[in-house]
Amino acid sequence: MRLIFLIAIAGVTALAAGCGSSSSGGPVTLNWFVATQPGGTIQEVAKSCSDASNGRYSISVNLLPTDATQQREQLVRRLAAKDSTIDLIGMDVIWTAEFANAGWISPFPASLAKQVTKGDFPSVVKTGSFNGQVYGAPFNSNTELLWYRKDLVSKAPQTWNQMISEAEKLGSEGKPETIQVQANKYEGFTVWANALIDSAGTKVLSGPETVDLSQKPTEEALAAMGRLAASPAAAPDIDTSDEDSARLGFESGDSAFMVNYTFAYASAKANAPDVFKNMGFAKYPKVVPNRPAKPPLGGFNIGVGAYSNNADLAFQAAACISSSKSQLTATKLDGLPPSRESLYATKTVTGAYPGFSQLVKQSIAASGPRPQTPAYQDVSLAIQDALQPPSKIDPNDPGSSYDQLRSNLEDAVKRQGLL
Amino acid sequence: MNAAAGRLRLGGGGPAATERSREERRLGWMLCAPAVVAMLLVTAYPIFYAIALSLQNLDLRFPDQTSWAGLTNYKTVLTSSLWWTDVFNTAFITAVSVTIELVLGMAIALVMYRAIFGRGIVRTSVLIPYGVVTVVAAFAWFFAFDPASGFVNHLPLVPDDKAWFGGRWSAMSVIIMAEVWKTTPFMALLLLAGLTTIDAGLYEAAKVDGANAVQRFFRITLPLMKPAILVALLFRTLDAFRIFDNIFIMTRGAQNTESVSILGYNQIISRTNLGLGSAVSVLIFILVLIIAFVFVRVLGVRMAEGRPGAT
Repeated sequence: MRLIFLIAIAGVTALAAGCGSSSSGGPVTLNWFVATQPGGTIQEVAKSCSDASNGRYSISVNLLPTDATQQREQLVRRLAAKDSTIDLIGMDVIWTAEFANAGWISPFPASLAKQVTKGDFPSVVKTGSFNGQVYGAPFNSNTELLWYRKDLVSKAPQTWNQMISEAEKLGSEGKPETIQVQANKYEGFTVWANALIDSAGTKVLSGPETVDLSQKPTEEALAAMGRLAASPAAAPDIDTSDEDSARLGFESGDSAFMVNYTFAYASAKANAPDVFKNMGFAKYPKVVPNRPAKPPLGGFNIGVGAYSNNADLAFQAAACISSSKSQLTATKLDGLPPSRESLYATKTVTGAYPGFSQLVKQSIAASGPRPQTPAYQDVSLAIQDALQPPSKIDPNDPGSSYDQLRSNLEDAVKRQGLL
Repeated sequence: MNAAAGRLRLGGGGPAATERSREERRLGWMLCAPAVVAMLLVTAYPIFYAIALSLQNLDLRFPDQTSWAGLTNYKTVLTSSLWWTDVFNTAFITAVSVTIELVLGMAIALVMYRAIFGRGIVRTSVLIPYGVVTVVAAFAWFFAFDPASGFVNHLPLVPDDKAWFGGRWSAMSVIIMAEVWKTTPFMALLLLAGLTTIDAGLYEAAKVDGANAVQRFFRITLPLMKPAILVALLFRTLDAFRIFDNIFIMTRGAQNTESVSILGYNQIISRTNLGLGSAVSVLIFILVLIIAFVFVRVLGVRMAEGRPGAT
């Protein structure tokens, strides 16, 4: 009796599932796996692209967790199991090499590749490419700026060292002094470390399996991190800080400086009008005075799953999702910076970043992308393991931290060792 | 089924065994067979699969580079300082949390046993933390101790800007506290079961002989509860050694609070390095076996005696 019941349930479920995916004449359903955006960008873009396809496809949004690490873990589990329901992927800029190398995503056909990358920042296009092929159509970009309090300092500091000294001086005068960064043990820490190492004049990797890290510049970058962690200007929760805790700390009025993504501006405007009145913006701080900073680069590219049954349609949908129109929707609804340079002259962008749209543009153009390697996850964990918490870096003698970082990375690119 | 009787029937075959006892033995095996098959499917198969994986270089991100690894994965794990740090962390969390749970659990068991009125309500309410999903409880404690959202930093004597998850030992204490809060009721329940098996007449006789409450506890309660205590300790130690949820939610292993289970997760799920990750899993399995062996052989836990309801 129970067995019959079970079989009946299984049958009904199978039927229901069959109805969902069968497409007798109607539009083909394309599943888009992507992290949500609070302003509704994803749903809006999915709808407008579905409408624009003239009934050829309909994009169904499958939301991933908000946390970048968990987004990746969920996708990797599905892709490694050759999940054919994944048609479109909202890929973080750091996943391309890993996904492409494993054969989990398909390269764009040449003509389409040209179309989806036309006019994009070269730094962004590079994040979506692997072995000379385009695997990701840039959807939005992102970068970090230096946010500061105009009522506390008249001019934004140029370097990390200058900023730390100014903050300590503010502290000794009894004024808000905290510098907000992202230094919890997570991807945001890698973002910070990579930006400083790049800005100091070297790179983490020079090739997918080659560690670069010139000693002198790397140690200068590490010293700046260690100096901040040891300074009274560090946030009390620096070792657990992330984008959100940094924003909250700045909005509370206790902080003088913060490095953070562009969302911080709209957030302060909505949550902390008093702080917002005096909120200044400037380019990401340098590490050495005579070398321009290489700010962090974030953002999402649209990839097409290699096991998708509707790859042709998915490529067309990816082209629509990454179109200028969709990018401006993301700017309008969620304040996300476009990946196409020409869009920075539009009213939508200048309106979203009043007075600093050119700064955002310059920051993305000058950015230092994180290393591109199929072993990215290992590289990122290796950096976090070597340098987090930053208080373990001796600012006066970062040599031992350098050695640890180097040996961790040598293992990581070969995917050896525990992490 | 009584374990001793079961052993007699199943092991009773010998040269002198009669036709009838052979038949019974056969029946016994047949009755056990479904359970044995189920056990093989759900435990033996994954265990041997994990062992097979641990002997290969196998990374899902590099499917073309799969090769035989022999014992190199084990060598990598056992020569890594990270593994030994994590073993220490796990052992530390296990030892401290189980000790606190034993003391608190015993106190709660005595209260539950002695409760004169509302016995049902007392026993039920004590069990509530154990009924809360671990991840939910972990989030609740995480937000309670989080400087931005929590109430803990507003309590008297606690600095307002204390970053609980920013230091190794403060993070460790919150993790242990959450673990204790969650599982003390389970400990108390197991101990209560042991407590109820003690003959009340013994206490009366001791009272007549002039033994005070402390003497009665140490001379009667504790010795007679030894089997129950050991079983409770065994269960909780094995459980605590596999701690994952609280750490995953609260620190994800940051500030040196990583446990061996988190380490295994990082290798298998984050790095999709199935070879290395399986080696970690197999080593955890061996450690758990050692703990169980020590309890059963050295301390002499007899499961049948300590089990609730056994005589």
